[in-house]
Amino acid sequence: MKTFNYHSAKDVKEASKLASSSSAFLAGGMTTIPSMKLGLASYKDIINIKNIKKLSGIKVTSKNVTIGATTKHVEVANSKEIKKALPSLASLAEGIGDPQVRNRGTIGGSIANNDPAADYPSACIALNAIIHTNNRKIDAENFFRGMFETCLKKTEIIEAIEFEIPQKSSYQKLPNPASRYAVVGVYVAKHKTGINVAVTGAKACVYNDKDLAGALKKDFSSSAIDKVKILSSGMNSDIHASADYRANMVKVFAKKAVDAC
Amino acid sequence: MKKVSLEINGKKVTKEIPDHITLSSFLRDTLNLTGTHIGCDTSQCGACVVHVDGKSIKSCTALAADLEGSKITTIEGLAKNGKMHPMQEAFKKTHGLQCGFCTPGMIMSAVDLLKSKKNPSDTEIRDWLEGNICRCTGYQNIVAAVKEAASKMKS
Repeated sequence: MKTFNYHSAKDVKEASKLASSSSAFLAGGMTTIPSMKLGLASYKDIINIKNIKKLSGIKVTSKNVTIGATTKHVEVANSKEIKKALPSLASLAEGIGDPQVRNRGTIGGSIANNDPAADYPSACIALNAIIHTNNRKIDAENFFRGMFETCLKKTEIIEAIEFEIPQKSSYQKLPNPASRYAVVGVYVAKHKTGINVAVTGAKACVYNDKDLAGALKKDFSSSAIDKVKILSSGMNSDIHASADYRANMVKVFAKKAVDAC
Repeated sequence: MKKVSLEINGKKVTKEIPDHITLSSFLRDTLNLTGTHIGCDTSQCGACVVHVDGKSIKSCTALAADLEGSKITTIEGLAKNGKMHPMQEAFKKTHGLQCGFCTPGMIMSAVDLLKSKKNPSDTEIRDWLEGNICRCTGYQNIVAAVKEAASKMKS
């Protein structure tokens, strides 16, 4: 790993001030550190934001679940409050990586990285999340821009993610057997105001499948999904799954999610 | 360079280290605690698992500078008064290892599992060890070892 200057910021203001075009914020480091080791990324400055107390924690109300950016996956998975208010989100967190990754990895890091196969971006889209940063509030649908790309600016720090509690929801995925990243993952959420079917792993970036949501709006049952044609164009194709296979898996896991709602 | 103070296997350690040094390198190269192994070096294989403040983590993906003030337990810290930890005994008894490269990580991970689940099922053990890769045993005897340790540690 190439050398860098390590900083531990005491508050968000200090972290933002230290940031530049050649820096990265460090929370769990579950992607940042391996990426640096593999030579996929290098930074002059690494700014640890884990010691900023206000960035961690879980708050549940009757309408929302708000999770601090540096809250670890294990904390979301084990939170009694989240298990009660939004069990699909706790179960998503439980399925990320392995226990050691869940003991370090954070929700803010996951969405800031926006890996096409990450789990949390689908939760943001399905649960109408609002991403709170040190500068603004961003709707999830405007936050994720493309493969490993978000609308965050270099000095901008995610502070918390606010999820809307739906009437019912479920996240189901086909995990890569080694990494447990989603080969395809589908998060179905039925809100008072509408239905979201967020798909991760299938394309370059998480997306809300309007055709599936439309079919479920008319008839919220897994058989309604049978009639929807999912095209493989634009789907990822790699050693784990071809584009055609992924297109089929979107259907299979959307049905599973609806049945589990 | 950064000055870090940690507690490792009950002993206080203070060292000046380069900013980018990972905990695994710090343990092996600076402190000579070579029981913690480095396999993939990218947090997939689990050979480097240690406990930080009681929780298992992959030490190859944690910066030593980031762990100021932490309490760390490595495989060398498990035996007490010359007597192996029940998990180490169980791996020995049930042949839970062949080449032994993954074993320190397997044991540290399995010890963490038994903290929250006293009597894990085969499925729970296999799920928990998702992040620990063994290329020799086929895992059967590793699962048997964890079950053996669980029953010994209960009694």
